[in-house]
Amino acid sequence: MNYLYYPGCSLEGTSAEYDISTRLLMAAAGVQLEEIEDWSCCGATAAESQSHLLSYVLPARNLALAEKMNRSKEILVPCSACYLNLKKTEAIIKKDKPLLKKINTVLAEEDLVLKGEMKVRHLLDVLSNDVDIEKIKAGSHHKMKDLVVAPYYGCQCLRPFKIFDDPEDPHSMDALIQATGASVFDWDMGGQCCGASNTSTKPEAGMALVGNILKAAHGADAILTVCPMCQMNLESNQKKISHKEGLDLDIPVLFLPQFLGLAMGKTLTDVRLDLNLSNTRAFTEKAI
Amino acid sequence: MGQTTNDRLLAMTETAKEMVGTCIQCGTCTASCPNTEFMDITPRHMWRLLLTDHMDAIFSSKSFIMCSSCYYCTLRCPRGLELTAAMSLLKQAASKLELKQFRRSSLFYKSFLDSVKKHGRVKEMEFMTQYFMAMKNPVLPFAYAVLGLKLLSKGKVHPEFPFGSKGKLTALFNKVAELEG
Repeated sequence: MNYLYYPGCSLEGTSAEYDISTRLLMAAAGVQLEEIEDWSCCGATAAESQSHLLSYVLPARNLALAEKMNRSKEILVPCSACYLNLKKTEAIIKKDKPLLKKINTVLAEEDLVLKGEMKVRHLLDVLSNDVDIEKIKAGSHHKMKDLVVAPYYGCQCLRPFKIFDDPEDPHSMDALIQATGASVFDWDMGGQCCGASNTSTKPEAGMALVGNILKAAHGADAILTVCPMCQMNLESNQKKISHKEGLDLDIPVLFLPQFLGLAMGKTLTDVRLDLNLSNTRAFTEKAI
Repeated sequence: MGQTTNDRLLAMTETAKEMVGTCIQCGTCTASCPNTEFMDITPRHMWRLLLTDHMDAIFSSKSFIMCSSCYYCTLRCPRGLELTAAMSLLKQAASKLELKQFRRSSLFYKSFLDSVKKHGRVKEMEFMTQYFMAMKNPVLPFAYAVLGLKLLSKGKVHPEFPFGSKGKLTALFNKVAELEG
């Protein structure tokens, strides 16, 4: 299995452990990743709040660079926001030819052409549909069976495109978690919104959503995420919200590939658990 | 709101208006939105105001700027309307006209995109520094200080200041601006 790889900006900085653990897990599962050469930002939610055309040009530049490499026709994306921006562009250029023409007029500035050959895949899609789950099962060690973990999907890998999971009632992480021997925490917050950038620009509203998720996760040994924005929101606001609500909402939050990597015998250093912002001690004491 | 601003808003929101043209006012969007608690006008009400050209009411409220792009309304709308995309068009209009009440969000996004234009990728420290400078609020950085220091200590962000650099994506950004007018 070969995929082109689009890490996105967060995975170069604030979520470096997501990048490292994704590459590690994929190598362990026998999947080859090749990074898109000279990739640039997908526009995040910033571009679509400023300019319609720019919000398609920024992802389009990366799709065009991927086409130019002439390798795999599938792009693996771990960040849900990047995934959605690239996916939206993949979808709209199939229907809106005048927009494609406009996009190409802009891309011509860099001598790039977008044809529309690439298929964009989320990491969770690839993990639950392409990767042989026996490889995860075979590597898993016995201590994982004591853990109960809460799968958190967030929004943009599920909606608006219904590709690999039920956008109202997601369960694609269940089988992966169970393959490690751990149990799935029973909750209905998996597909709820973490507040996205509202936690920065409208903190009152953003924190309320994060608080709801942290409260509902009470009783789980960890929350697993598949998006840097969700991870940042759930990890970096625990103290603030705990203080405000007079509750102890501290909970380890791990990226899914960090968890799967550990289950397959990788070390804490391998998956860079030291980079997580939440306190992961309670989790590691039980799991390792 | 002045007459010119009102006319410009009418022109800029024309596409959004077309997008919600077949709204039946069922309120599924409002019931599905995680942020209604912080809105002064509900999403359902806002679509009606849009269809009846009440720009004053829409743009003196902060409802659409509260949208966190969770796509529940888009997923559930029985008419299949792309409501999250329509929200973005309202955000674009507010930002382009530099309406005062949306300054914080607009400057946040603008600072982000400036960093992207310059480097091709977003540099978090630079973008936040630029945002703080643009907001001209000396107290604002303190709200981010604890997180910023934690990220620095883990080597996840690097001190960078918004000066210099020739601009990796300047040609693309300029062409977009030229085409969008």
